[in-house]
Amino acid sequence: MAAVEVPIEKWTGKVHEVTLGGNGRKSVVVGGESTLPFLHFEGSLPRRPVIAIEVRDSEPKDWSPHLVDAWGDVLADPAAWAKKAMEYGADIIALSLRSAHPEEGNTGADEARKNVDKVLSAVDIPLIIYGPGVAEKDNEVLVAASDVAKGQRVALGNCEEKNHRTIAATCIADGHVAIGKTPIEINLAKQLNILLCDVGLSRDSILMDPTTGALGYGLEYTYSVMERLRLAALGGDAMTAMPMICTAGEESWRQKEAKFAEGMPEAWGDHLERALTWEEITAFSLFAAGADIMVVRHPGTVERMKAVIDRLMSESA
Amino acid sequence: MALTGIEIYKHLPKTNCKECGFPTCLAFAMKLAAKAVELSLCPYVSEEAQQALEAASRPPIRLVTIGAGESKIEVGNEVVMFRHEKTFYHPPGFVVRVKDSEPADAVGKLVAEVAGYSVERVGIELKMDGFAIENESKDGGNFVKCVELVSSKTDLPLILMSTDSSVMSQALDKVASAKPLIYAANKDNWEQMTELALKHQCPLAVCEPEGMSELAELVENVTGKGVEDVVLDPGARDFGPSLVNLTQLRRLAVRKSFRPLGYPIITFPGEAAANAEEEALLAGQQVAKYAGIIVLDHFSPGMAYPLLTLRLNIYTDPQKPIQMSPGIYEIGTPKPESPLCVTTNFSLTYFSIAGELESSGIPSWLLVCDTEGLSVLTAWSAGKFDAERIAKTVKEFNVADTVSHRSVILPGKVAVLRGELEEELPEWKIMIGPPEAWDVGGYLKQHWSA
Ligand code: B12
Ligand code: SF4
Repeated sequence: MAAVEVPIEKWTGKVHEVTLGGNGRKSVVVGGESTLPFLHFEGSLPRRPVIAIEVRDSEPKDWSPHLVDAWGDVLADPAAWAKKAMEYGADIIALSLRSAHPEEGNTGADEARKNVDKVLSAVDIPLIIYGPGVAEKDNEVLVAASDVAKGQRVALGNCEEKNHRTIAATCIADGHVAIGKTPIEINLAKQLNILLCDVGLSRDSILMDPTTGALGYGLEYTYSVMERLRLAALGGDAMTAMPMICTAGEESWRQKEAKFAEGMPEAWGDHLERALTWEEITAFSLFAAGADIMVVRHPGTVERMKAVIDRLMSESA
Repeated sequence: MALTGIEIYKHLPKTNCKECGFPTCLAFAMKLAAKAVELSLCPYVSEEAQQALEAASRPPIRLVTIGAGESKIEVGNEVVMFRHEKTFYHPPGFVVRVKDSEPADAVGKLVAEVAGYSVERVGIELKMDGFAIENESKDGGNFVKCVELVSSKTDLPLILMSTDSSVMSQALDKVASAKPLIYAANKDNWEQMTELALKHQCPLAVCEPEGMSELAELVENVTGKGVEDVVLDPGARDFGPSLVNLTQLRRLAVRKSFRPLGYPIITFPGEAAANAEEEALLAGQQVAKYAGIIVLDHFSPGMAYPLLTLRLNIYTDPQKPIQMSPGIYEIGTPKPESPLCVTTNFSLTYFSIAGELESSGIPSWLLVCDTEGLSVLTAWSAGKFDAERIAKTVKEFNVADTVSHRSVILPGKVAVLRGELEEELPEWKIMIGPPEAWDVGGYLKQHWSA
């Protein structure tokens, strides 16, 4: 019987490498893949996918009791929170400037500067900085954050079509990376990358966020759009070849399955077990679809993702 | 690989005798290619042509059935590598393993718990699919006892796990009519296991960890003797090797139409995982990447529910969201004066709000608009959930005759529709509900008075 010949895909494209940090700060490089996730036998995977832990600049009021238990007092202090996140194994801190949200404090540029500065001094790993998700406020606090973090090569998000000029300009001026976010659609993702390049941001300064649907809440859409984006990138389309970032933590802990302990169906099982598994399966499925950076919330998820990725990245795999 | 009409035509008699009910052989061939008719309609195809056509029209991965009766597991028949290329058709079976060395009462309890487990999501009942019984004790008597115990507690399909063919034979004598999967034929025992599979007409798993060529060779030995329903165990267990192996097997089957490996795959995530949480993740990987049957070593509702949800997600047809038919639905037993809510026909959206309305204890009417299966905001931004469409739905289903009041509650996320809807429905009062469904009970208690 003849030996079975396993078909090998000959990819022509490669994911761009993006560096965060550096300049005295530890650096993290993501991207560089020339094959599908964890398929070492037909290409190279020079960088491991990494974990960012979400830290907020103001104490979250509506988080699940299990997140509150896991983090304790540090929830009220972004610097202490970031430090603890680093101890738990975060590769990156994703600082969310929620206090600027009109309904959660409506703070402005000054508060953003102060908090970014605090967190930058508390940890020596790279930062992602998110605005509150409200257009005018995003521009205000992200530009301020960009200035404080000048030279530290942080990632700024979210950058959408409507504010891409502002975010790209500040990234170019201060040497940062933009996170382009589009609603689960391959052409929109590509289009935003083109727009960002057109205004002068270099390819190695863009991450793309395809928009995360949590397990049971649109995961399958995100999963497939990511597979398509990655296949396009490996097929040679440089405008879909930006490393991908997903927000598994925020999306899964927002859902009823994770949030509520009381009055849920018995078949949902133990609350902590179910909630953690919800975040972990969301995160892991999206790593399997090509995510390079996963933003999560629970320390248990960080531990488990690291253990599993270690095994998937070992060359013998 | 599917044949084109022209390729099929080449094998037909080309006499255009019309006995198949079509005017020409070509017309019949076209229908065959579209899988709209059966080849048997033509009485004149040669045996040779029949074989050629059947082999060619066989799916790249054979559909294999485990178990008999209503709860049987059907896996295989997949045609793509990525779900966006078409869809994944047959969700992997989740099977829980018990061992014949464990105390009978523990086994009985676990089996009852797993078999009785069911959880509802988007109106679909999700369940576990079967049991694997392992002959860990190496003792035939124990194995038979354990198999009988399990099958006395459940009708779900079984996998019998022993490499000892005489032990397997004893167990099959008891439960073969339930068509369990025989696990497994290997290099040493394949002849005896093949005989058992043929004698009892049961599907047979083939285990060969040495490599793809060795696995293919063993499968050909088994199928050469006449076994048709095969399940593959390529042996890889850990995250990396399992992903690589299963990917390669799927590629060989669907891209190369490589018959000897065109069968569903069985996996054992618990054998590589350090704990139950890791097992769930590895099982999750295998749901997305190509397993046909997943044998779990842990069961708990807190883990089964997310895994079943993942399976539902990955196996949803990407071209067609799960959706409801538009119309007016009763939540509880509403009266004409009960509150009226509006939502979209995406199942996830409908069941989120319907579930919360139900647990609020306030009977209500839920008007479902046709948004082509899109969620509230997605539909709104796609222009499929606007004031015009809502107004049209209100009229189409004669809502004004169903309720005695004139108030309608919109999802909070589309508060912006209020103005336009007031113009479209001048007699109605437009109310804005909370953005998330879980708040709706509180909202109604505070704001509803008909
Ligand atoms: C999955 C998804 C998709 C899927 C579609 C899924 C589907 N079948 O609907 C796909 C990938 C196809 C998609 C496409 C698009 N999407 Co989309 N999508 C999402 C995503 C990730 C989840 C949506 C979801 O399923 N939510 C879960 C359901 C259950 O939520 P829901 O319907 O709102 O129901 C809740 C409440 O509204 C409430 N509720 C429901 N009914 C009622 C009724 C009453 C009375 C009350 C009180 C409450 C209530 O109960 C539910 C639970 O709380 C969201 C972002 C996110 N993370 O939420 C974006 C999102 C909705 N999409 C968005 C966009 C822009 C689009 C596109 C227009 C993009 C484009 N230009 O192509 C397209 C449009 C589709 C098209 N052209 O055909 C935007 C909308 C922006 C906005 N604020 O308007 C979002 C918010 C993403 C973003 N941040 O940009 N999307
Ligand atoms: S019955 Fe057979 S031979 Fe006759 S027309 Fe149909 S396909 Fe042709």
